Amino acid sequence: MFRQASRLLSRSVSAAASSRSTTNRAFSTEVPSTIDSTFVESWKKVAPNMDPPQTPSSFMKPRPSTASSIPTKLTVNFVLPYASELSGKEVDMVIIPATTGQMGVLPGHVPTIAELKPGIMSVHEGTDIKKYFVSSGFAFLHANSVADIIAVEAVPLENIDASQVQKGLAEFTQKLASATTDLEKAEAQIGVEVHSAMNAALSG
Amino acid sequence: MASSAAVPFWRTAGMTYITYSNICANLVRNCLKEPFKAEALSREKVHFSISKWAGGKPEKPILRSDTPGV
Repeated sequence: MFRQASRLLSRSVSAAASSRSTTNRAFSTEVPSTIDSTFVESWKKVAPNMDPPQTPSSFMKPRPSTASSIPTKLTVNFVLPYASELSGKEVDMVIIPATTGQMGVLPGHVPTIAELKPGIMSVHEGTDIKKYFVSSGFAFLHANSVADIIAVEAVPLENIDASQVQKGLAEFTQKLASATTDLEKAEAQIGVEVHSAMNAALSG
Repeated sequence: MASSAAVPFWRTAGMTYITYSNICANLVRNCLKEPFKAEALSREKVHFSISKWAGGKPEKPILRSDTPGV
């Protein structure tokens, strides 16, 4: 049985590879949702009183087209679970606290999905800079220069109480030192990270 | 083919992203200045009632709430 295995495996791989190269299938989102007329005609012959079935692509909205030239402004949608902080606002740049570091987003940014870490998000519009401390979330940067930023909690820096931050930092550093289980360690570590980020945000 | 993505420390400790995100949000809320802190905490209050079912009938419901007595 296993003597044939390599032959069978290689046969299926090569068949798939050759068929893949000959029939180059496009992704479902790239194929325009035109109705296949030959299918519709043969359907009507068989079931003339029923509508031909819809395909998933007919229900999908077409993807917003990417402008051929880079737009001058970035459209930002910044939402929280309880409020829509910025909705369709046109700005020059946003700097988001991604896990890979502070990321500056300009119009025409390459499409990216970035996970955010606790940190400062700043929205630059002309000479105005608005800063928020974001607890965590995601940023979706689309090809058409629209940025969707979602966060669970985002507060302007003035609303943060520095003494509470210091207290919290001391408390969690101490918890981290005395933690026993993995879960306790993780929670204490999160506490230390969030409070250090808030500290850095207030002093930076 | 093992995945080579770096796993965050909370994931290795068994925590999910949503738990991590909620912990971060709670920590930030606890460090707010006074009127904002009260608003945020009141916004996040939850009340719910749970009833266990036995023999096809619900038993006495248990009420869970951040403000007992409400």
